[in-house]
Amino acid sequence: MALAREESSPLFAGTVAGTLRLILYLALAMVLMVLDHRNGWIWRLRYATSVVVEPIYHLAGLPAAGMRTLSVAFADRKRLTEQNQRLREDLLLANAKLNRMAAVAEQNQRLKELLDTQHSLELNVQLARVIDVDLGAYRHRMLLNVGARDGVKAGQVVIDAHGVMGQVVEVMPRTSLVMLVTDPDHAIPVVIERTGLRTVAYGVHEGDQLSLPNISMAADVHAGDKLLTSGLGGRFPPGFPVGEITSVEQSPSGMFLEGRARPTADLDRSEDVLLLHDLAEPVGPPEPGATAGPPSDLAPAPAPAASSATPPRAADPKPVAAPAAASSTPVQP
Amino acid sequence: MNKQRISLLWFVGTLVFALLSMLVPLPAPLQPFKPYWPALFLLYWSLESSDRVNLGTAFIIGLCADLLDGVLLGEQAMRLCALVFIALRFRSRLRFFPMWQQTLAVLALLVNDRILLLIVRTFAGESLPPASWWISPFVGAALWPFLFLLMDDLRMRLRIQ
Repeated sequence: MALAREESSPLFAGTVAGTLRLILYLALAMVLMVLDHRNGWIWRLRYATSVVVEPIYHLAGLPAAGMRTLSVAFADRKRLTEQNQRLREDLLLANAKLNRMAAVAEQNQRLKELLDTQHSLELNVQLARVIDVDLGAYRHRMLLNVGARDGVKAGQVVIDAHGVMGQVVEVMPRTSLVMLVTDPDHAIPVVIERTGLRTVAYGVHEGDQLSLPNISMAADVHAGDKLLTSGLGGRFPPGFPVGEITSVEQSPSGMFLEGRARPTADLDRSEDVLLLHDLAEPVGPPEPGATAGPPSDLAPAPAPAASSATPPRAADPKPVAAPAAASSTPVQP
Repeated sequence: MNKQRISLLWFVGTLVFALLSMLVPLPAPLQPFKPYWPALFLLYWSLESSDRVNLGTAFIIGLCADLLDGVLLGEQAMRLCALVFIALRFRSRLRFFPMWQQTLAVLALLVNDRILLLIVRTFAGESLPPASWWISPFVGAALWPFLFLLMDDLRMRLRIQ
């Protein structure tokens, strides 16, 4: 049986037809790669085949989920008790803080009503679970177990307990794909908490880091400063923690300071995440055709307030928070 | 007839298993050690039953892997095609190598595969991967004898071609 040798597999020289076939397949693969690189075909194809693809994801996520269940099942009682105790304390602390904040929040609300702005501190969120699937190394993506049938839309912001994780870029019927803030194609408009300086944080190719490549030389920024979302661009609502600056140095061109920041969200450890339902209030440059906004009878009143809150700085780079797959213009300078 | 169907099912089943194993995540420190399962299983089948595996099979498996991985459509299709082409061309010799030589050949094939991937990623404008990226082919080659013997043994036990 093993000694049977076909003429299709000669001992030394191959046939010309075989080589031609190889060249044909390689050319086909290259055409596909170029088309996909330019147009992002893979997502359309994936949506079309989602009936097949999604169960496979769920199946491939089973071992990780099983490990998680097992670790809970076999965790000893002492550790669980300890964890429970710690969580209780955290909850107590958080509740105490919340109670103290409640008065301030109410005051804030009243003042804001006086100022006629539409900011609200309430969150309209949806809980989602991360499907632990390996989507190729060094790709800053994440798969969630909710999709179009659960009302998820592309562009929704994903957060965890510590900060912004990213945004939904692709929605399939029962799963959705999240682009993390550390993706090189991602940019998020931020404000430095201490000084109020606005800038844009980009993802970087190497490691779980954020890069702030265009801080002006005169700006007061140093390591340890916290970054919050600024709400400009209308994609991310303002006030969510994004990262903490780890280092600031001169950019290679010598024209700007370049900061590096560490994301505050647990990008690789989170199991449950929150999907924000309401998009940001349209502060700053208005998005064409944005649906989120004040009701039409209130529209004239907040408009001057909103535009006065926006600094008239034409030189400021327009914060584009859309993924590169959606917009053909690169976000990186 | 029934035998044939079982053996075809077994063939398809191992390849589906390979695709699933590709998707299953490892803990973060072990991540670079993950071998490229579809390549290993395709290599096994192209050495053992070359009438089933041809370039078209490799291409389709690669496309499925791309669809699941979502990296770039056609990337793994190209890599697996090149791999299967080389394996089929040297099949007669590879089959009669002693195991250690075969393992070295598999290592060469897997390293070649990584180089192809590197070329594609460079063209797509991504940065160079870290050094740990090169560990995976070595792990794959180290697993090869076990995979080969296990699959052979299972095939003998199930008495399928």
